[in-house]
Amino acid sequence: MSNGRASQRPSALKTGFAPWLFLGVGTILCLLAVDVAPWLKEYPENWVIPLSDGITAAASWFVDNFKWAFRGISWLLNWPMWGVQSVLQWLPWPLTIAFFAIFAHRYGSFRLALFTSLALGYMAVVGYWSESMNTLALVTLSVPLSISIGLALGIVAFKSERTDRVIQPTLDLMQTIPAFAYLIPILFLFGFGPVVGLISSAIFAIPPMVRNTILGLKQVPPAVLESGIMSGCTPRQRFWQVELPTALPQIMIGVNQSTMAALSMVIIAAIIGGFDDIGWEVLSTMRKAQFGNSLLAGMVIALLAMILDRLSWALANQQNVPNRPRDSLISRYKHSFIALAAFIVITILAQLLPAFATYPDAWVFYPADSLNEFVNYIVRNYWSVMESIKNNTLFFIMLPLRNGLSVAINPFTWGFEVTPVMIWGYAIATTLLTLWLYLRKSWRHATGAAVFALFLFFGTTGTPWPVFIGITTLVAYQAGGRRVALFAFFSMAFMLINGLWHPVMLSVYLCGTAVLLSIILGGLIGIWAAHNDTVSSIIRPINDTLQTMPQFVLLIPVLMLFRVGEFSALLAVIAYAIVPPIRYFEHGLRSVPTEIVEAARQMGCTPRQMLFEVKLPLALPVIMLGLNQAIMYGLGMLVIAAMVGTQGLGQQIFLALGKADMGRGIVTGLSMALVAMVADRILQAYSRKRQEALGL
Amino acid sequence: MGDPASSIVKLACRNIWKVYGDNPGQYFNTNQDHVSDPAATLEKIIQGNHIPAAADVSFDVHEGEIFVIMGLSGSGKSTMVRCLSRLVEPTAGEIILGDIDLLKANDEELIEIRRHKMGMVFQSFGLLPHLSVLDNVAFPLKIQNIGEAERRRKAAEMIELVGLSGREDAFPRQLSGGQQQRVGIARSLAVEPELWFLDEPFSALDPLIRRQMQDEFVRLQTMLHKTIVFITHDFLEALKLADRIAIMKDGQVVQIGTPAEIVLNPATSYVAEFTSDVPLVRVITCGSIMVPATQDLDHSIIARPDTTLEELLPGFSGRVEPIPVVSDDELVGMVTPADVLQALAESEAKASQK
Repeated sequence: MSNGRASQRPSALKTGFAPWLFLGVGTILCLLAVDVAPWLKEYPENWVIPLSDGITAAASWFVDNFKWAFRGISWLLNWPMWGVQSVLQWLPWPLTIAFFAIFAHRYGSFRLALFTSLALGYMAVVGYWSESMNTLALVTLSVPLSISIGLALGIVAFKSERTDRVIQPTLDLMQTIPAFAYLIPILFLFGFGPVVGLISSAIFAIPPMVRNTILGLKQVPPAVLESGIMSGCTPRQRFWQVELPTALPQIMIGVNQSTMAALSMVIIAAIIGGFDDIGWEVLSTMRKAQFGNSLLAGMVIALLAMILDRLSWALANQQNVPNRPRDSLISRYKHSFIALAAFIVITILAQLLPAFATYPDAWVFYPADSLNEFVNYIVRNYWSVMESIKNNTLFFIMLPLRNGLSVAINPFTWGFEVTPVMIWGYAIATTLLTLWLYLRKSWRHATGAAVFALFLFFGTTGTPWPVFIGITTLVAYQAGGRRVALFAFFSMAFMLINGLWHPVMLSVYLCGTAVLLSIILGGLIGIWAAHNDTVSSIIRPINDTLQTMPQFVLLIPVLMLFRVGEFSALLAVIAYAIVPPIRYFEHGLRSVPTEIVEAARQMGCTPRQMLFEVKLPLALPVIMLGLNQAIMYGLGMLVIAAMVGTQGLGQQIFLALGKADMGRGIVTGLSMALVAMVADRILQAYSRKRQEALGL
Repeated sequence: MGDPASSIVKLACRNIWKVYGDNPGQYFNTNQDHVSDPAATLEKIIQGNHIPAAADVSFDVHEGEIFVIMGLSGSGKSTMVRCLSRLVEPTAGEIILGDIDLLKANDEELIEIRRHKMGMVFQSFGLLPHLSVLDNVAFPLKIQNIGEAERRRKAAEMIELVGLSGREDAFPRQLSGGQQQRVGIARSLAVEPELWFLDEPFSALDPLIRRQMQDEFVRLQTMLHKTIVFITHDFLEALKLADRIAIMKDGQVVQIGTPAEIVLNPATSYVAEFTSDVPLVRVITCGSIMVPATQDLDHSIIARPDTTLEELLPGFSGRVEPIPVVSDDELVGMVTPADVLQALAESEAKASQK
């Protein structure tokens, strides 16, 4: 970080310390003035400019005038939807399993076929076959829809620079606005019912497809393009026979990501659509606190996600096998023949034996009750341990970060009262620490410590908003220059003016706490995995599974053990947001150039010095990207976690959804997206800067 | 001189400019065929923050000749070959291929020209990853809508020619670099082009493979007699393969000549830096030092005009009389041991002066 302290300090005032000094003075003035001017702490209600009302009005006008067109689309989509559902329900269950297994074997391996059969078998055994097939029907329809739209948009964006300039920021928005927020307008336009799930998941799954299409087409090597031109391709031939096939592997990755996005959205949509599918099953049992049941149903979702992921991944990575004319017809179409044979045999069997047509109820093994009892047993016996983990985290980490030490410390939590002497002691200690850091390290360390001490004392929600805005804008400016700073400033102003400051701060606090803990825990695991191949090979499939799992499945085990509450939400967010830090820490540390590591070892670095002096500084840009991802994941999970009772933006979105308040939903969703984008821009800019400085 | 190529000009490149920047057209008068004062124009271009990748480049490529453009990275050699194939649009100048004005051809004509008259080999191969070796080679034929049987036959023939028979069903990623470039060569020859562009074809290969491929290339050319524009940054490769070499620096041609001319008479100190380490015996040919035959000669040992001194010298072991130089079964001159010594001494002296 500091390249020669001596050279840095004299010019520190010029290089960015001066604004911090101003801000520090401003902060102190602000804190002193809070008693006389309470608006500094709490943005007054009557200053709120209700943008959402205008949006609601405009949106209702739009809905009233154009609803017929969208309802028409709904009506049209109803038919294929009905068709696919009927087919999947009609197909004898052993036949569906056979088809999946044959497909898995054709494009993947025997192991994949086995896994697919077992996973589908589970769905039949626990008696969720019909629900699973309904969910599958939605995915089967929405994926081709979003893939074709995404591919077309990607091609257009690749061909026309102007379209690209419109599409890229739209994709950014689509991927950062929580899906719940745009469920509201979709509901109004398309009406209720399963088709809404189809449409919203198709929309949600478009962005990854567009991005990968553009990326793939841009990555076609120039020599391949030129060789196409020199072969005398017409522009059309060049595109269809050279560019598109060369880009295909990347495009197939888009198909994989699209499929996963569609599945996770189908399940979210079930929350509002509420028809007879597996997402609804999870949600309704969760609401009734039948956690054993929801775990069994949640497993179905997780398995479905894994099957779709592995299958589309196998499809994306299939090695093109040359078609040899000398191969016999049978060996060329082996899998098709087997599938046909399975079809004939099982259909006939299904006519004779009803057990082949529908999985008999008598064979269902549904251990929900025993699961519930098992959980109860654990909770009963380890109640005190779990309570103490929960309470300690709440009292010593969450409350201070949310409300500040000034509020968090009371006889009930910490066992004593905050006295004025303690406050003065805290202030003096902080000042001394800051001074020491300034003299011994650099102004950056000192500033960081001062800001942290401030937040710790007042909490995210207790810090006066002008101070918060000032600090964030300044950080944005120093990391990314004027444009990032302006973006951050106006984003925060938008939230403030719309009266969302308090929920935003609650979200920032919860997400921030989760990300902080994820970084610490994930960082440690990542460092361990980077130095130990066994750990790495154990961690990797766990990470993969956590990431393929539709987010709200993660809620189930947490709720089983810790019940509804902020602590459960925190754990769920961590479970999802911890994956990127683990991955990026490991990747960053492992990709430090070998010759640098060897040089350091040759100079006699101890393992600890190697880590802290060599590897971590060099891996920092990559780690920052991991942090960025963790924030995105955390915010995404926050909305889901709001279902189990957290406050903040997620809760606001659910309120809007409940009241069908379009304006509020959109403004809140946009605020959430803006929080994500501000964090993203700042971290990306910083990471880029470091990367350039390191010459990587 | 001992130039094996005919004197028919196949490809004429006249005053080609390629300028990169915001408005490169401003430096060129559209009514005029070529720039009247190249040096002044170049000065203006650089002053105006534009980048001249090729500046007033002119040369002729004769039919059946291997014309090598040699230069270091950034010298404009890659831009030049792309101008010749119109992968890059020249800013000004004229390119004549046979009787076609290449820069006036419209898109459809250009596609036709590329389909039938040109072939190109790329440094990074440019193979289509989704097609097998056979389909890659057949690709130029496929896009001309030539029937499957015909294109398989033709492609197989080309694969045989480059010595890859048996690997038809492999995919590019399964091949080594040398093998991939053989596919690239086969593909570029599949349409039997008159004009063959090779853009640093061997630069991405290991030294040993590179030498094999160079020998292979020479073997192919003795069979095919294509008109070739060959780009390289390797001076020794240029000497080995070229009938004539153009040396480029900063977008300009510094010198054009046969390998011997360039080594014996480097035009500038820049060229001399390349030539200084070249063993002269490898470059000087009998054609350049022979004298008219004045006596009856012993034909037990004969030389051709393009025989290098390195190849000739063993012939003088145990022999003092001149060696006859024969071209197309006709006596064209002779070389005496004294001539050889004198030539070496002279050029050595010249080289040390530079």
